[in-house]
Amino acid sequence: MQWETVIGLEIHAQLATNTKIFSGSATAFGAEPNSHASLIDLAMPGTLPVLNAEAVRMACMFGLAVDAHIAEHNIFARKNYFYPDLPKGYQTSQMDDPIVGLGHLDIALDDGSIKRVNITRAHLEEDAGKSLHEDFSGMTGIDLNRAGTPLLEIVSEPELSNAKEAVAYAKAIHTLVRYLNICDGNMAEGSFRCDCNVSVRPKGQTKLGTRTEIKNVNSFRFIERAINHEIQRQIELIEDGGKVTQETRLYDPNKDETRSMRSKEEANDYRYFPCPDLLPVHIPREMLEELRTHLPELPTQKRERFEKDFGLSTYDASVLSASREMANYFEAVEKTCADAKLATNWVMGELSSLLNKENLDITQSPVSAEQLGGMLVRIKDNTISGKIAKMVFEAMAAGEGDADQIIEQRGLKQVTDSGAIEAMLDEVLAANAEQVEQYRASDENKRGKMFGFFVGQAMRASKGKANPQQVNELLKQKLDQ
Amino acid sequence: MHQLTLTDISKALAAKQFSARELTTHLLARIEQLDPQLNSFITVSKESALQQADAADELRSSGINAPLLGLPIAHKDLFCTEGVRTSCASKTLDNFIAPYTATVVDKLNKVGCISLGKLNMDEFAMGSSGETSFYGPSKNPWDTQRIPGGSSSGSAVAVAARLVPASTGSDSGGSIRQPAAFTGLTGIKPTYGRISRWGMTAYASSFDQAGFLAHNAEDCAMLLQATAGFDERDSTSAQQPVDDYAAALSLPLQGLRIGLPKEYFSSDLDGRIGDVVNNSIEQLKQLGATFVDISLPSLPHAVPAYYVIASAEASTNLARFDGVRFGHRCENPQNLEDLYLRSRDEAFGKEVKRRIMIGTYALSTGYYDAYYLKAQKIRRLIKNDFVSAFKDVDLILGPTTPNLPWLIGSKIDDPVAAYLEDIYTVPANLAGIPGLSMPAGMIDGLPVGVQLLAPYFQEARLLQVAHQFQQHTDWHARTPAGF
Repeated sequence: MQWETVIGLEIHAQLATNTKIFSGSATAFGAEPNSHASLIDLAMPGTLPVLNAEAVRMACMFGLAVDAHIAEHNIFARKNYFYPDLPKGYQTSQMDDPIVGLGHLDIALDDGSIKRVNITRAHLEEDAGKSLHEDFSGMTGIDLNRAGTPLLEIVSEPELSNAKEAVAYAKAIHTLVRYLNICDGNMAEGSFRCDCNVSVRPKGQTKLGTRTEIKNVNSFRFIERAINHEIQRQIELIEDGGKVTQETRLYDPNKDETRSMRSKEEANDYRYFPCPDLLPVHIPREMLEELRTHLPELPTQKRERFEKDFGLSTYDASVLSASREMANYFEAVEKTCADAKLATNWVMGELSSLLNKENLDITQSPVSAEQLGGMLVRIKDNTISGKIAKMVFEAMAAGEGDADQIIEQRGLKQVTDSGAIEAMLDEVLAANAEQVEQYRASDENKRGKMFGFFVGQAMRASKGKANPQQVNELLKQKLDQ
Repeated sequence: MHQLTLTDISKALAAKQFSARELTTHLLARIEQLDPQLNSFITVSKESALQQADAADELRSSGINAPLLGLPIAHKDLFCTEGVRTSCASKTLDNFIAPYTATVVDKLNKVGCISLGKLNMDEFAMGSSGETSFYGPSKNPWDTQRIPGGSSSGSAVAVAARLVPASTGSDSGGSIRQPAAFTGLTGIKPTYGRISRWGMTAYASSFDQAGFLAHNAEDCAMLLQATAGFDERDSTSAQQPVDDYAAALSLPLQGLRIGLPKEYFSSDLDGRIGDVVNNSIEQLKQLGATFVDISLPSLPHAVPAYYVIASAEASTNLARFDGVRFGHRCENPQNLEDLYLRSRDEAFGKEVKRRIMIGTYALSTGYYDAYYLKAQKIRRLIKNDFVSAFKDVDLILGPTTPNLPWLIGSKIDDPVAAYLEDIYTVPANLAGIPGLSMPAGMIDGLPVGVQLLAPYFQEARLLQVAHQFQQHTDWHARTPAGF
């Protein structure tokens, strides 16, 4: 049987506010346990929440960026369940009237096509604390530093049809929240995590299959693996005559499998109801208009501009606009060398592999955009060849200075004087007289293959500095004499 | 000294007739002597009270004459008081020393009030008799066989027995007005949001409102003036400017239109209480007020709607008492579930458990629409009833309670009968409007209260009418025998 997959994602993005959503405690990561836990965070009797206006502003920015409906009034609700790291016994969240309504985001797929993903809603809520099961010999420690950190839960429509699309969507949201400066996107610290709802159905069937939810997946690689594993598990289960049960599952990256956490029957009845401690949140239209004028250029807009202005492919444009920092770097290189194609090749090629190898972020690049652009200028004006440029690039990465300094110091300037090249070629041909004779005796086809040998010898003789184009032309003339 | 009202004491202190220390010492002695039979205090803060008294006397001698400087009061034990046990009359919080102070207490401290201690109440303010307290019921000083009303039971008893001239209370469904009526006091429940809820342990958040019990309207005005206003720590506190309550007291009642809702005079009402209400109407007519019959048609649904919504809110407000961070924790919990179940089972009383169950049920999937949502619709209708009634009248008057205070223990096994005693008080809480109960007569040696209800933020009008009434009657000045 042919199967198709339906995936929807719920992404929790921690908002980059200085203080918590309902208290004045700091949100900084990594502090001494419970040092950022106020009376409110501890749920002391008689304490009350006060909504952080900055969190509201950030949620609105997201809503505007995904072209969503932002209602004039939204409401906080209590989601009731008991857990030791949930001090109040309920999470203050949003249910019926979330701050951000239906919106959408266009994502670029690997094949270069664009897919529009609808976003059902995004709502504000508070994060829980952390239960620490180690170091307390048979007991559990509670750290409430994270309790009350603002989260924006972004819920997609079930419109993603495979793991790769899901990852592309998650990455697009990740890029967007970082562009907007509303989330640091740090997945290792849990600032950006994802719940994946997965179901399968026979191809052509319109009714959705029973879904499972994989909770708290915290890397793009794991999202892809967890979903693929879950798809496989569901298909095998059904093909063996079984039935998928609606449940929450956890992905174990060590074993590369998902396992059941709790079934629907065991699920909590959260008893949502409007929180009586908080007034409905009013979003004045003027505030939205004001925010709209301050929105930065968004990833999609940037990608489209790169395609249009620089003639880049959708794929290249989306890689280069994947983060604001990457895009800024690329644009600076392009501006210096005035050659978008060359800039694209170098940023996506040599630079990216260098960063990957050294495990560095674009902002930590040892070669600045100005340095790279300056070197590309020297390729364009034939001072160096592409091959020499790789040496120069490595030297720049090693901190030896700008391209011009390196070219000068190492004497890497390309030889373009045809007299000098001819003299060098004469020496090469003389040293390989036997091969020259063979070449001249051969037919066109064979000659073509042998030509490369002479080019190689010539470039070696010139230590790579001879202008390759001139070498080609002059060598041909001399051999064909 | 203990017979004096707050206003009297304020004048006497200013005239240096006695010191705050003398007064405080005297009242502490009375508490020690009389409270064992009344059980109105959970905690008596003797040392800190004397310190506060000395501090007040010192300020006074340095020439400061603030009106509330050196006035002794006591607080319902659901207001957090830093360094002092705040129990909510529950075993759950028997060991809980609050690490901070409620806004209402803080404001009173800052203007120089002395806190004699923390007052008994129904557990977590759930009850109308004071009997649900973990520390046992408070006794009505007019007849110690009878309940003083609740949930601000200790707040009413301590003032009625002249152990303290005034007290703080909270009123979510009548918890100030009903005990005030049962003990011969003036009790004011301001508009929802008029006084900050910060530091007041939540029972039913959308109803809870701090207020006061005192001997007369003038004293209530003084306390309200010192505590009303917006608090940035309570998003539901009102931004509305605070009126000058003292200035309103002396205004004449000429031209005032008072509505008499027929629903307040139904067959539920003890006819003798109806007579007391009629007498007070006659009195107010003589003072220039006119009366019109009105109707609040949704009122018969008020009690069930109140108990659904209040219990729903309570069921989640009390989720934090889980034995994890503070309060009672069971011995040797075997696992997390055991910790939750036993900690909560051991420490919550019967009535609290009942309301948690009712509230949990009302919010559950499949029942939410039929209970919680429907109750909210009724709440809206009741609010609309009041809003449209107040287009025609300036105030509404009726009885505070349908019956006299009952014998301790007589309704303990019939919660619904006890809930129905709130029939005249809960409507104001559902609508959020202010209300006041004032003493207006005696039946069989027991005090009877008349209730006044006003439009939003018209506390001044309530206090004005009560004050004018009290200028021409002496029900508020009567003292139970032996106190």
